[in-house]
Amino acid sequence: MRLAILDRGHDFGSKLLFGVIRIASRMPVLDVIKRVRYRPDFYGHPVAAVTQEAMRGPSTWSVADRELMAAIVAKANECEFCTKAHAAVPAGACRDEARVAAVLSDLQSAPIEEPLRATLRMLRKLAREHSVTADDMREVLAAGASRAQIEDALAVAFAFDTITRLANTFGFSVPDSRAFQAGAKFLLVRGYR
Amino acid sequence: MSDIKAARTALVARIIEGDGTASRAQRRAAFDNAADAAPWRTLVQKTAVQSCRTTDEDISAARSAGLSEDQIFELVVCAAVGQATRQHDAALAALATATEGAEHAPRDS
Repeated sequence: MRLAILDRGHDFGSKLLFGVIRIASRMPVLDVIKRVRYRPDFYGHPVAAVTQEAMRGPSTWSVADRELMAAIVAKANECEFCTKAHAAVPAGACRDEARVAAVLSDLQSAPIEEPLRATLRMLRKLAREHSVTADDMREVLAAGASRAQIEDALAVAFAFDTITRLANTFGFSVPDSRAFQAGAKFLLVRGYR
Repeated sequence: MSDIKAARTALVARIIEGDGTASRAQRRAAFDNAADAAPWRTLVQKTAVQSCRTTDEDISAARSAGLSEDQIFELVVCAAVGQATRQHDAALAALATATEGAEHAPRDS
């Protein structure tokens, strides 16, 4: 990472936790955990409240759908770390890596429901172009997504339009796939608290 | 449906108005991507609109301008949350326009 404090500036409790993670998982601590645990009162705790509600709060979107939304926002923001991290969750939850890979490589032809496809397309545009129009929203509504579903999707986008920027600017290192699989299991069990 | 309104408000208030090592004016400028006169403007601008293009040199330039790593951390967080907030607000406004009047339509029409 580009800031040494995010690698080595943590309090004693966090350093102890990192040691436990290394021993238990036999893998390095993911940079996202280091960032969340650095001065958590400033950013880690308040953003966890947002992300937990967006990703695990009440919604008619499934957990896998919302993780897919996170992955597509990450890909649009060209964040390799977050794309792989959040693609691993629906791949693990649904045991359908092919579906996740299809969405990320060609959204138009991916085998998913139309409301989800239209929603993902709108989130991708928002991330790439930083804005969307009322006509974009009408297309998502016409595809069958409800207003509440769109608001839920925009909550996911808010969280990951923030998180991916930090991963890019701070220069998160990208570990091998085993680390992301372990992280995905953790996110499925514990969420984002 | 999920509701991030209160949590988003608390996050924004904490990073701009709460205690920090960068001044509140600096954090506000980073949040608004309005640090045009600051020597660390490139870091903030890239974080906001093209974070994938951020380089080691952008961080070094901020250090050379006298910022500590804690101050850089805070300003980058503010820039990221600020841009995400603007995008979120713009998208919610577009959705409100798209659904204008729909709440008054008969349920079975």
